[in-house]
Amino acid sequence: MTELSPDELLRYSRHIVMPEITLAGQQTLMASSVLCVGAGGLGSPVCLYLAAAGIGRLGLVEFDTIDLSNIQRQVLYDTRDVGQPKLDTAHARLSQLNPHVQIDAHALRLAADNVMPLVKQYDVIVDGSDNFATRYLVNDAAVLSGKPLVHASVFRFEGQITVFDSPRGPCYRCLFPEPPPAELVPSCAEGGVLGMLPGIIGSMQALEVVKLILGLGEPLVGRLLLFDGLSAQWRELPAQRAPDCALCGQSPTIHEPTDLPAASWADGAPRISASELAGLLNAGEAPTVIDVREPQEYAIAAIPDSKLLPLMELSIHAASLDPGKPYILTCHRGGRSLKAFEQLRAAGFSNLQVLDGGIDAWAEQIDPEMRRY
Amino acid sequence: MAVRIVFFASLREQLACSSLDWEGRSPQETVASLREKLAREQFPESGAVLLADTVLAAVNQVMAQPEQAVADGDEVAFFPPVTGG
Ligand SMILES: [Zn+2]
Repeated sequence: MTELSPDELLRYSRHIVMPEITLAGQQTLMASSVLCVGAGGLGSPVCLYLAAAGIGRLGLVEFDTIDLSNIQRQVLYDTRDVGQPKLDTAHARLSQLNPHVQIDAHALRLAADNVMPLVKQYDVIVDGSDNFATRYLVNDAAVLSGKPLVHASVFRFEGQITVFDSPRGPCYRCLFPEPPPAELVPSCAEGGVLGMLPGIIGSMQALEVVKLILGLGEPLVGRLLLFDGLSAQWRELPAQRAPDCALCGQSPTIHEPTDLPAASWADGAPRISASELAGLLNAGEAPTVIDVREPQEYAIAAIPDSKLLPLMELSIHAASLDPGKPYILTCHRGGRSLKAFEQLRAAGFSNLQVLDGGIDAWAEQIDPEMRRY
Repeated sequence: MAVRIVFFASLREQLACSSLDWEGRSPQETVASLREKLAREQFPESGAVLLADTVLAAVNQVMAQPEQAVADGDEVAFFPPVTGG
Protein backbone atom coordinates (compact mmCIF):
# COMPACT_ATOMS: atom_id res chain seq x y z
CA MET A 1 0.00 0.00 0.00
CA THR A 2 1.27 3.45 -0.89
CA GLU A 3 1.63 5.92 1.95
CA LEU A 4 -0.45 9.09 1.69
CA SER A 5 1.31 12.44 1.48
CA PRO A 6 0.10 15.19 3.86
CA ASP A 7 -1.76 16.74 0.93
CA GLU A 8 -3.48 13.47 0.12
CA LEU A 9 -4.40 12.92 3.76
CA LEU A 10 -6.15 16.28 3.74
CA ARG A 11 -7.70 15.78 0.32
CA TYR A 12 -9.28 12.48 1.32
CA SER A 13 -9.89 13.29 4.98
CA ARG A 14 -13.70 13.15 4.63
CA HIS A 15 -13.36 9.59 3.41
CA ILE A 16 -10.74 8.57 5.92
CA VAL A 17 -12.71 9.69 8.99
CA MET A 18 -15.53 7.30 8.09
CA PRO A 19 -15.20 4.02 9.98
CA GLU A 20 -16.38 2.11 6.89
CA ILE A 21 -13.50 3.52 4.83
CA THR A 22 -10.54 4.62 7.01
CA LEU A 23 -7.03 5.06 5.69
CA ALA A 24 -6.95 1.45 4.52
CA GLY A 25 -10.09 1.94 2.41
CA GLN A 26 -8.67 5.06 0.81
CA GLN A 27 -5.47 3.17 0.00
CA THR A 28 -7.61 0.45 -1.59
CA LEU A 29 -9.33 3.07 -3.78
CA MET A 30 -5.92 4.48 -4.73
CA ALA A 31 -4.72 1.02 -5.73
CA SER A 32 -7.80 0.30 -7.88
CA SER A 33 -8.54 0.81 -11.56
CA VAL A 34 -11.81 1.60 -13.32
CA LEU A 35 -12.69 1.69 -17.01
CA CYS A 36 -15.45 4.11 -18.01
CA VAL A 37 -16.87 3.44 -21.45
CA GLY A 38 -18.24 6.71 -22.79
CA ALA A 39 -17.52 10.19 -21.45
CA GLY A 40 -20.93 11.70 -22.15
CA GLY A 41 -23.95 12.33 -19.94
CA LEU A 42 -23.38 9.38 -17.60
CA GLY A 43 -19.61 9.27 -18.01
CA SER A 44 -19.24 12.90 -16.89
CA PRO A 45 -20.40 12.47 -13.26
CA VAL A 46 -18.87 8.98 -13.13
CA CYS A 47 -15.40 10.28 -14.06
CA LEU A 48 -15.65 13.47 -12.03
CA TYR A 49 -16.62 11.66 -8.83
CA LEU A 50 -14.23 8.76 -9.30
CA ALA A 51 -11.32 11.10 -10.01
CA ALA A 52 -12.28 13.22 -7.00
CA ALA A 53 -12.46 10.05 -4.87
CA GLY A 54 -8.88 9.19 -5.74
CA ILE A 55 -9.31 6.05 -7.82
CA GLY A 56 -5.75 5.09 -8.79
CA ARG A 57 -6.19 4.63 -12.51
CA LEU A 58 -9.16 5.77 -14.53
CA GLY A 59 -9.52 4.60 -18.13
CA LEU A 60 -11.77 6.53 -20.53
CA VAL A 61 -13.03 5.23 -23.86
CA GLU A 62 -14.38 7.95 -26.13
CA PHE A 63 -13.91 9.10 -29.72
CA ASP A 64 -16.48 11.90 -30.08
CA THR A 65 -15.90 15.62 -30.27
CA ILE A 66 -17.81 18.04 -28.05
CA ASP A 67 -20.98 19.43 -29.55
CA LEU A 68 -22.89 22.42 -28.18
CA SER A 69 -25.91 20.16 -27.66
CA ASN A 70 -23.81 18.05 -25.21
CA ILE A 71 -23.20 20.86 -22.74
CA GLN A 72 -26.75 20.76 -21.27
CA ARG A 73 -25.89 17.48 -19.49
CA GLN A 74 -22.25 16.51 -20.04
CA VAL A 75 -20.83 18.46 -17.13
CA LEU A 76 -17.23 17.46 -17.82
CA TYR A 77 -17.21 20.07 -20.60
CA ASP A 78 -17.97 23.75 -20.89
CA THR A 79 -18.90 26.07 -23.71
CA ARG A 80 -15.30 26.90 -24.63
CA ASP A 81 -14.63 23.20 -25.32
CA VAL A 82 -17.09 22.87 -28.22
CA GLY A 83 -15.34 21.30 -31.19
CA GLN A 84 -12.55 19.72 -29.13
CA PRO A 85 -12.15 15.95 -28.78
CA LYS A 86 -13.98 14.88 -25.61
CA LEU A 87 -11.08 12.71 -24.55
CA ASP A 88 -8.52 15.56 -24.54
CA THR A 89 -10.79 17.89 -22.62
CA ALA A 90 -11.80 15.18 -20.14
CA HIS A 91 -8.15 14.27 -19.57
CA ALA A 92 -7.21 17.88 -18.85
CA ARG A 93 -10.23 18.52 -16.63
CA LEU A 94 -9.81 15.35 -14.56
CA SER A 95 -6.07 15.90 -14.14
CA GLN A 96 -6.78 19.36 -12.79
CA LEU A 97 -9.46 17.99 -10.49
CA ASN A 98 -7.09 15.42 -9.03
CA PRO A 99 -3.48 15.22 -10.24
CA HIS A 100 -2.94 12.03 -8.21
CA VAL A 101 -5.18 10.01 -10.54
CA GLN A 102 -3.66 8.36 -13.59
CA ILE A 103 -5.93 8.94 -16.58
CA ASP A 104 -5.67 6.43 -19.43
CA ALA A 105 -7.19 8.00 -22.54
CA HIS A 106 -8.39 5.37 -25.04
CA ALA A 107 -9.37 7.17 -28.24
CA LEU A 108 -11.14 4.35 -29.96
CA ARG A 109 -14.48 2.92 -30.94
CA LEU A 110 -14.96 -0.33 -29.04
CA ALA A 111 -15.10 -3.39 -31.25
CA ALA A 112 -14.87 -7.15 -30.90
CA ASP A 113 -11.13 -7.09 -31.58
CA ASN A 114 -10.15 -4.46 -29.00
CA VAL A 115 -12.61 -4.80 -26.11
CA MET A 116 -11.08 -7.82 -24.30
CA PRO A 117 -7.51 -6.55 -23.84
CA LEU A 118 -8.93 -3.23 -22.65
CA VAL A 119 -11.38 -4.65 -20.10
CA LYS A 120 -8.72 -6.99 -18.71
CA GLN A 121 -6.61 -4.02 -17.59
CA TYR A 122 -9.20 -2.80 -15.07
CA ASP A 123 -10.87 -3.95 -11.84
CA VAL A 124 -14.35 -2.52 -12.47
CA ILE A 125 -16.08 -1.54 -15.72
CA VAL A 126 -18.64 1.26 -16.07
CA ASP A 127 -21.00 1.42 -19.03
CA GLY A 128 -21.92 5.00 -19.86
CA SER A 129 -22.32 4.38 -23.57
CA ASP A 130 -25.28 5.42 -25.67
CA ASN A 131 -25.77 2.54 -28.09
CA PHE A 132 -26.62 -1.14 -28.00
CA ALA A 133 -23.63 -2.31 -30.03
CA THR A 134 -21.27 -1.00 -27.34
CA ARG A 135 -23.47 -2.18 -24.45
CA TYR A 136 -23.45 -5.79 -25.69
CA LEU A 137 -19.71 -5.71 -26.38
CA VAL A 138 -18.95 -4.37 -22.91
CA ASN A 139 -21.28 -6.86 -21.24
CA ASP A 140 -19.80 -9.80 -23.12
CA ALA A 141 -16.22 -8.74 -22.40
CA ALA A 142 -17.00 -8.12 -18.71
CA VAL A 143 -18.58 -11.57 -18.26
CA LEU A 144 -15.84 -13.34 -20.23
CA SER A 145 -13.11 -11.69 -18.16
CA GLY A 146 -14.97 -11.92 -14.85
CA LYS A 147 -15.17 -8.17 -14.18
CA PRO A 148 -18.11 -6.45 -12.48
CA LEU A 149 -19.99 -4.05 -14.76
CA VAL A 150 -21.91 -1.03 -13.49
CA HIS A 151 -24.58 -0.55 -16.12
CA ALA A 152 -26.96 2.41 -16.52
CA SER A 153 -29.03 4.27 -19.07
CA VAL A 154 -31.24 7.35 -19.19
CA PHE A 155 -34.22 8.49 -21.24
CA ARG A 156 -36.16 11.74 -20.86
CA PHE A 157 -37.12 11.87 -17.15
CA GLU A 158 -36.14 8.27 -16.38
CA GLY A 159 -33.04 6.31 -15.59
CA GLN A 160 -32.05 2.78 -14.70
CA ILE A 161 -29.02 1.27 -13.05
CA THR A 162 -27.82 -2.17 -12.04
CA VAL A 163 -24.59 -4.09 -11.45
CA PHE A 164 -23.88 -7.12 -13.62
CA ASP A 165 -21.49 -9.52 -11.95
CA SER A 166 -22.20 -12.99 -13.29
CA PRO A 167 -22.18 -15.64 -11.82
CA ARG A 168 -23.37 -14.00 -8.59
CA GLY A 169 -26.12 -12.22 -10.54
CA PRO A 170 -27.44 -11.85 -14.07
CA CYS A 171 -25.70 -10.25 -17.03
CA TYR A 172 -27.22 -7.88 -19.57
CA ARG A 173 -28.04 -10.77 -21.89
CA CYS A 174 -29.92 -12.58 -19.10
CA LEU A 175 -32.37 -9.65 -19.14
CA PHE A 176 -32.22 -8.70 -22.82
CA PRO A 177 -30.88 -11.67 -24.81
CA GLU A 178 -30.86 -9.81 -28.11
CA PRO A 179 -30.68 -6.13 -29.04
CA PRO A 180 -34.13 -4.71 -29.79
CA PRO A 181 -35.22 -3.68 -33.27
CA ALA A 182 -33.75 -0.25 -33.91
CA GLU A 183 -37.08 1.50 -34.50
CA LEU A 184 -38.18 0.71 -30.94
CA VAL A 185 -35.31 2.55 -29.33
CA PRO A 186 -35.00 6.31 -29.47
CA SER A 187 -31.60 7.70 -28.47
CA CYS A 188 -30.98 10.77 -26.30
CA ALA A 189 -30.70 12.82 -29.47
CA GLU A 190 -34.10 11.65 -30.61
CA GLY A 191 -36.00 11.17 -27.37
CA GLY A 192 -34.32 13.92 -25.38
CA VAL A 193 -33.13 13.73 -21.80
CA LEU A 194 -33.29 16.17 -18.92
CA GLY A 195 -29.73 17.09 -17.94
CA MET A 196 -30.10 16.12 -14.28
CA LEU A 197 -31.04 12.53 -15.09
CA PRO A 198 -27.54 11.40 -16.15
CA GLY A 199 -26.29 13.45 -13.18
CA ILE A 200 -28.40 11.43 -10.75
CA ILE A 201 -27.88 8.04 -12.35
CA GLY A 202 -24.18 8.60 -13.15
CA SER A 203 -23.52 9.60 -9.53
CA MET A 204 -25.19 6.36 -8.48
CA GLN A 205 -22.86 4.49 -10.83
CA ALA A 206 -19.82 6.10 -9.20
CA LEU A 207 -21.21 5.11 -5.78
CA GLU A 208 -21.65 1.49 -6.89
CA VAL A 209 -18.06 1.44 -8.17
CA VAL A 210 -16.73 2.59 -4.80
CA LYS A 211 -18.93 0.01 -2.99
CA LEU A 212 -17.64 -2.76 -5.24
CA ILE A 213 -13.99 -1.78 -4.72
CA LEU A 214 -14.34 -1.50 -0.96
CA GLY A 215 -16.76 -4.41 -0.56
CA LEU A 216 -19.17 -2.09 1.22
CA GLY A 217 -22.92 -2.41 1.68
CA GLU A 218 -25.15 -4.20 -0.78
CA PRO A 219 -24.17 -3.72 -4.41
CA LEU A 220 -26.92 -3.57 -7.03
CA VAL A 221 -26.14 -7.10 -8.18
CA GLY A 222 -29.37 -8.82 -9.27
CA ARG A 223 -31.38 -5.66 -8.66
CA LEU A 224 -32.51 -3.30 -11.38
CA LEU A 225 -33.21 0.15 -9.98
CA LEU A 226 -35.57 2.35 -12.00
CA PHE A 227 -35.91 6.07 -11.34
CA ASP A 228 -38.79 8.20 -12.56
CA GLY A 229 -37.88 11.84 -12.14
CA LEU A 230 -41.41 13.11 -12.76
CA SER A 231 -42.93 11.20 -9.86
CA ALA A 232 -39.62 11.30 -7.95
CA GLN A 233 -39.93 7.57 -7.33
CA TRP A 234 -37.42 4.75 -7.32
CA ARG A 235 -38.49 1.17 -7.83
CA GLU A 236 -36.41 -1.91 -7.47
CA LEU A 237 -36.85 -5.06 -9.53
CA PRO A 238 -35.02 -8.22 -8.54
CA ALA A 239 -33.35 -9.60 -11.66
CA GLN A 240 -32.29 -13.24 -11.92
CA ARG A 241 -29.80 -15.10 -14.03
CA ALA A 242 -31.35 -16.77 -17.07
CA PRO A 243 -30.35 -20.47 -17.11
CA ASP A 244 -30.46 -20.37 -20.91
CA CYS A 245 -28.39 -17.16 -21.22
CA ALA A 246 -26.21 -17.51 -24.32
CA LEU A 247 -23.33 -15.88 -22.47
CA CYS A 248 -23.47 -16.91 -18.80
CA GLY A 249 -26.06 -19.73 -18.84
CA GLN A 250 -25.61 -23.49 -18.44
CA SER A 251 -24.54 -24.14 -22.02
CA PRO A 252 -23.23 -20.86 -23.35
CA THR A 253 -22.87 -20.34 -27.08
CA ILE A 254 -21.01 -17.03 -26.90
CA HIS A 255 -17.31 -17.54 -26.16
CA GLU A 256 -15.88 -14.26 -27.40
CA PRO A 257 -17.19 -10.74 -28.00
CA THR A 258 -18.75 -10.32 -31.43
CA ASP A 259 -19.68 -7.12 -33.23
CA LEU A 260 -23.40 -6.74 -33.76
CA PRO A 261 -24.24 -6.95 -37.44
CA ALA A 262 -24.38 -3.43 -38.88
CA ALA A 263 -27.95 -2.28 -38.50
CA SER A 264 -29.78 -3.94 -41.35
CA TRP A 265 -32.31 -1.13 -41.59
CA ALA A 266 -29.56 1.22 -42.64
CA ASP A 267 -28.67 -0.89 -45.65
CA GLY A 268 -30.21 -0.26 -48.99
CA ALA A 269 -32.20 2.85 -48.16
CA PRO A 270 -32.03 5.02 -51.30
CA ARG A 271 -30.54 8.42 -50.43
CA ILE A 272 -31.19 11.86 -51.81
CA SER A 273 -28.88 14.79 -51.08
CA ALA A 274 -30.10 18.17 -49.85
CA SER A 275 -29.10 19.83 -53.12
CA GLU A 276 -30.89 17.19 -55.22
CA LEU A 277 -34.03 17.71 -53.13
CA ALA A 278 -33.74 21.51 -53.43
CA GLY A 279 -33.51 21.11 -57.21
CA LEU A 280 -36.65 18.96 -57.30
CA LEU A 281 -38.53 21.37 -55.04
CA ASN A 282 -37.54 24.37 -57.17
CA ALA A 283 -38.70 22.57 -60.29
CA GLY A 284 -41.97 21.65 -58.56
CA GLU A 285 -41.22 17.98 -59.12
CA ALA A 286 -40.47 16.84 -55.58
CA PRO A 287 -42.42 14.01 -53.98
CA THR A 288 -44.04 14.74 -50.61
CA VAL A 289 -41.39 15.22 -47.92
CA ILE A 290 -42.32 13.46 -44.66
CA ASP A 291 -40.58 14.80 -41.56
CA VAL A 292 -40.55 12.19 -38.79
CA ARG A 293 -39.26 14.45 -35.99
CA GLU A 294 -41.34 15.62 -33.01
CA PRO A 295 -43.64 18.69 -33.31
CA GLN A 296 -41.40 20.75 -31.00
CA GLU A 297 -38.45 20.10 -33.33
CA TYR A 298 -40.51 20.83 -36.43
CA ALA A 299 -41.42 24.20 -34.87
CA ILE A 300 -37.74 25.18 -34.79
CA ALA A 301 -37.07 24.54 -38.46
CA ALA A 302 -38.69 22.63 -41.30
CA ILE A 303 -38.31 22.09 -45.04
CA PRO A 304 -40.98 24.05 -46.96
CA ASP A 305 -44.19 22.06 -47.58
CA SER A 306 -42.95 19.06 -45.63
CA LYS A 307 -45.49 16.94 -43.75
CA LEU A 308 -44.96 16.26 -40.05
CA LEU A 309 -45.50 12.61 -39.02
CA PRO A 310 -43.49 11.86 -35.85
CA LEU A 311 -41.73 8.50 -35.91
CA MET A 312 -43.44 7.33 -32.73
CA GLU A 313 -46.85 7.78 -34.39
CA LEU A 314 -45.86 6.72 -37.88
CA SER A 315 -47.59 3.34 -37.68
CA ILE A 316 -50.86 5.11 -36.85
CA HIS A 317 -50.64 7.66 -39.63
CA ALA A 318 -49.23 5.41 -42.33
CA ALA A 319 -52.84 4.75 -43.35
CA SER A 320 -53.12 8.36 -44.53
CA LEU A 321 -50.30 7.75 -47.03
CA ASP A 322 -50.44 5.95 -50.35
CA PRO A 323 -47.95 3.04 -50.50
CA GLY A 324 -47.75 3.41 -54.27
CA LYS A 325 -46.64 7.06 -54.18
CA PRO A 326 -43.08 8.32 -53.81
CA TYR A 327 -42.04 9.93 -50.52
CA ILE A 328 -38.85 11.51 -49.18
CA LEU A 329 -38.22 10.91 -45.48
CA THR A 330 -36.31 13.31 -43.28
CA CYS A 331 -35.47 13.90 -39.61
CA HIS A 332 -32.85 15.86 -37.66
CA ARG A 333 -29.63 14.22 -38.85
CA GLY A 334 -30.72 11.09 -40.67
CA GLY A 335 -31.13 8.45 -37.93
CA ARG A 336 -34.86 8.39 -37.42
CA SER A 337 -35.63 8.65 -41.13
CA LEU A 338 -33.85 5.29 -41.59
CA LYS A 339 -36.09 3.76 -38.92
CA ALA A 340 -39.12 5.29 -40.65
CA PHE A 341 -37.84 3.89 -43.93
CA GLU A 342 -37.72 0.40 -42.47
CA GLN A 343 -41.22 0.70 -40.96
CA LEU A 344 -42.83 1.98 -44.15
CA ARG A 345 -40.98 -0.49 -46.34
CA ALA A 346 -42.30 -3.30 -44.14
CA ALA A 347 -45.78 -1.81 -44.56
CA GLY A 348 -45.50 -2.15 -48.34
CA PHE A 349 -44.22 1.27 -49.43
CA SER A 350 -41.95 0.79 -52.42
CA ASN A 351 -40.91 4.28 -53.55
CA LEU A 352 -39.08 5.84 -50.62
CA GLN A 353 -35.95 7.96 -50.36
CA VAL A 354 -34.13 9.24 -47.30
CA LEU A 355 -32.71 12.77 -47.10
CA ASP A 356 -29.00 12.36 -46.42
CA GLY A 357 -28.03 14.19 -43.20
CA GLY A 358 -31.62 15.29 -42.48
CA ILE A 359 -32.72 18.85 -41.87
CA ASP A 360 -29.28 19.69 -40.49
CA ALA A 361 -27.71 19.02 -43.89
CA TRP A 362 -30.44 21.12 -45.47
CA ALA A 363 -29.65 24.03 -43.15
CA GLU A 364 -25.95 23.66 -43.83
CA GLN A 365 -26.09 23.33 -47.62
CA ILE A 366 -29.31 24.99 -48.79
CA ASP A 367 -30.68 27.44 -46.23
CA PRO A 368 -28.02 29.14 -44.06
CA GLU A 369 -30.77 31.24 -42.46
CA MET A 370 -32.46 28.15 -41.05
CA ARG A 371 -32.21 27.70 -37.26
CA ARG A 372 -30.13 24.69 -36.18
CA TYR A 373 -30.25 22.75 -32.93
CA MET B 1 -60.46 -8.26 -12.28
CA ALA B 2 -58.74 -4.93 -11.80
CA VAL B 3 -55.05 -4.63 -12.67
CA ARG B 4 -52.82 -1.59 -12.37
CA ILE B 5 -50.72 -1.23 -15.53
CA VAL B 6 -47.53 0.87 -15.63
CA PHE B 7 -45.40 1.70 -18.67
CA PHE B 8 -41.82 2.95 -18.73
CA ALA B 9 -39.50 4.93 -20.99
CA SER B 10 -40.29 4.98 -24.71
CA LEU B 11 -43.52 3.00 -24.19
CA ARG B 12 -44.97 6.05 -22.47
CA GLU B 13 -44.64 8.11 -25.61
CA GLN B 14 -45.49 5.33 -28.02
CA LEU B 15 -48.71 4.48 -26.17
CA ALA B 16 -49.30 8.06 -24.94
CA CYS B 17 -49.93 6.58 -21.49
CA SER B 18 -47.81 6.07 -18.38
CA SER B 19 -50.29 4.08 -16.30
CA LEU B 20 -53.88 2.90 -16.29
CA ASP B 21 -56.34 0.82 -14.28
CA TRP B 22 -57.38 -2.09 -16.42
CA GLU B 23 -60.67 -3.91 -15.91
CA GLY B 24 -60.69 -7.45 -17.26
CA ARG B 25 -63.75 -9.61 -17.82
CA SER B 26 -61.95 -12.93 -17.66
CA PRO B 27 -61.10 -14.15 -14.13
CA GLN B 28 -57.84 -15.70 -15.38
CA GLU B 29 -55.02 -13.83 -17.04
CA THR B 30 -51.35 -14.43 -17.58
CA VAL B 31 -48.68 -11.85 -18.37
CA ALA B 32 -48.82 -12.99 -22.01
CA SER B 33 -52.61 -12.85 -22.32
CA LEU B 34 -52.74 -9.48 -20.60
CA ARG B 35 -50.05 -8.10 -22.91
CA GLU B 36 -52.01 -9.41 -25.89
CA LYS B 37 -55.29 -7.84 -24.70
CA LEU B 38 -53.68 -4.51 -23.94
CA ALA B 39 -52.07 -4.41 -27.35
CA ARG B 40 -55.27 -5.40 -29.14
CA GLU B 41 -58.07 -3.76 -27.14
CA GLN B 42 -56.58 -0.93 -25.14
CA PHE B 43 -54.11 0.34 -27.74
CA PRO B 44 -55.42 -0.95 -31.08
CA GLU B 45 -53.36 1.55 -33.09
CA SER B 46 -50.02 1.66 -31.31
CA GLY B 47 -50.09 -1.52 -29.21
CA ALA B 48 -47.75 -3.56 -31.41
CA VAL B 49 -44.79 -2.09 -29.50
CA LEU B 50 -45.98 -3.96 -26.40
CA LEU B 51 -45.64 -7.33 -28.12
CA ALA B 52 -41.91 -7.05 -28.83
CA ASP B 53 -40.12 -9.71 -26.79
CA THR B 54 -37.50 -7.16 -25.74
CA VAL B 55 -40.19 -5.46 -23.62
CA LEU B 56 -39.91 -6.98 -20.13
CA ALA B 57 -42.79 -7.37 -17.71
CA ALA B 58 -42.85 -7.31 -13.91
CA VAL B 59 -45.75 -8.35 -11.68
CA ASN B 60 -45.81 -6.57 -8.32
CA GLN B 61 -42.23 -5.41 -8.91
CA VAL B 62 -40.85 -8.88 -9.68
CA MET B 63 -39.69 -9.81 -13.17
CA ALA B 64 -42.29 -12.14 -14.68
CA GLN B 65 -42.29 -14.84 -17.35
CA PRO B 66 -45.08 -14.82 -19.99
CA GLU B 67 -46.93 -17.75 -18.41
CA GLN B 68 -47.11 -16.19 -14.95
CA ALA B 69 -50.66 -15.66 -13.65
CA VAL B 70 -51.94 -12.15 -12.99
CA ALA B 71 -54.45 -11.74 -10.15
CA ASP B 72 -56.99 -9.11 -9.16
CA GLY B 73 -55.25 -6.12 -7.57
CA ASP B 74 -51.83 -6.86 -9.12
CA GLU B 75 -49.56 -4.25 -10.61
CA VAL B 76 -48.04 -5.16 -13.98
CA ALA B 77 -45.20 -2.99 -15.29
CA PHE B 78 -43.78 -3.06 -18.82
CA PHE B 79 -40.36 -1.70 -19.59
CA PRO B 80 -38.38 -1.58 -22.81
CA PRO B 81 -34.59 -1.52 -23.08
CA VAL B 82 -33.14 1.99 -22.79
CA THR B 83 -29.80 2.93 -24.25
CA GLY B 84 -29.33 6.68 -23.70
CA GLY B 85 -26.16 7.70 -21.95
ZN1 LIG C 1 -26.27 -13.88 -18.72
